[in-house]
Amino acid sequence: MKLTRSSSLLIAFAVIAAVFLSLPLVAIFIRVPWSDLGSMLSEKSTRDALLISMQTSLIAALLSCLFGVPLAWLLARSSLRGISMLRVVCITPMVLPPVVGGIALLTAFGRKGIVGQYLYDWFNISLPFTRSAVVMAQVFVAIPFLVLAVEASFRQSGRELEDAARTLGASPSRVFFTVALPAARPAIVAGLALAWARSLGEFGASITFAGSFPGRTQTLPMAVYELVSVDYRLSLVLSLVLIFISVGVLATMRDRWMVGR
Amino acid sequence: MSLQLHGAVGRGAFHRDASLSVNDGDVLAITGPNGSGKSTILHTIAGLVSLLHGTLKCNDDIWDAPANQMFIQSEKRSCAVVFQDVRLFPHMNVISNVAYGLRAHGVNKQQAHAQSLEALSQVGLHSFEFRAPHELSGGEQQRVALARALVLKPQVLLLDEPFAAIDTGSRIALRRLMPEVLATFPGVTVLVSHDPADVESLANSHLAL
Repeated sequence: MKLTRSSSLLIAFAVIAAVFLSLPLVAIFIRVPWSDLGSMLSEKSTRDALLISMQTSLIAALLSCLFGVPLAWLLARSSLRGISMLRVVCITPMVLPPVVGGIALLTAFGRKGIVGQYLYDWFNISLPFTRSAVVMAQVFVAIPFLVLAVEASFRQSGRELEDAARTLGASPSRVFFTVALPAARPAIVAGLALAWARSLGEFGASITFAGSFPGRTQTLPMAVYELVSVDYRLSLVLSLVLIFISVGVLATMRDRWMVGR
Repeated sequence: MSLQLHGAVGRGAFHRDASLSVNDGDVLAITGPNGSGKSTILHTIAGLVSLLHGTLKCNDDIWDAPANQMFIQSEKRSCAVVFQDVRLFPHMNVISNVAYGLRAHGVNKQQAHAQSLEALSQVGLHSFEFRAPHELSGGEQQRVALARALVLKPQVLLLDEPFAAIDTGSRIALRRLMPEVLATFPGVTVLVSHDPADVESLANSHLAL
């Protein structure tokens, strides 16, 4: 292919973008103290943060799936008035600054929140600054990713098979579980992986609503943030762990996103 | 015993008047150009679309009567549809597709399996039970869809252009099979077609739109 002046310029811009995206990750790989990796990963604070991150993000991903798939189905199939507005509300956390999400959660479920005050007064339940709060913050930011992926799949597969099932005598719930859900399975798996990755990387909403208490609510991203000024080498190691997990998620979805060679 | 529809059918901006009456054992063919409302009538009978006004009755049961706010859901009507675009469930094998309606009606697994095998034999596909839909030709898929409808022994059988989306060879085989199947079907059959040959060979009454 003969390179024209304009195509050379395009390629130059593409190279700059690729370098800009990859250079920070390469920098971490270069600067990570590989020789101390094992000992740093086995430190109690690291193990605690990793454990809390894995535990809360997996629960958050499963909860996102449990509630997000029916929500996606409702958004895809309902012709009720106001369904478009509901969609906007449901995906807003995707574009909301996470710290605002945290404030919103505090305002709703905090001890003096519009729901939280009753939870505390009637049941003595206080959600902020607990591990449940970490999970709630993660679900809040992750569920839109799953809902969008699965809703698109429901829309794409159409109503035809579901109508056929209804004419064969299947109740709406049977249609959902035996026809709609299997058809959306690839999108659900992809949505689950996205929700998990988003939960794992969650920082702003969690630190606002759940705080960063080592061994209680401190997740890996919170630990990285706090270690930057205290133990930079350890923060590099934890960042490396998060990079590996993110790349792993991308790899599981290569059929969906990684087209071409 | 009969199926009666008198009123107006429609979907979106489209609507038209429709009137038909079919007795048990009879086959009514509905013909007309594209967009004349053939499939809309069929989908109204199946309960996938509501009647705009009028009454739809099967025997003494009212299935749809908007004036009286009566509407029997699709899954509650004794009515099975063979769709033009087949609509087999791609994640189920042939026998599971045929047994789907029986299982939805609460028939146990063994009985559903046995009855489905019988229905597959009726359409000449008794050895295809464990195949996936995508392994079948268009004509074979449509025969599975026919077996899936017949196995329910519905009061009303709706055939929506069943020969339209299949290749010529399969169409000939299915056209040969269809009169035998319909001759033994005791209920009401409504066939939508744009082919005069179908009307002549399969139907004993005709509604031209």
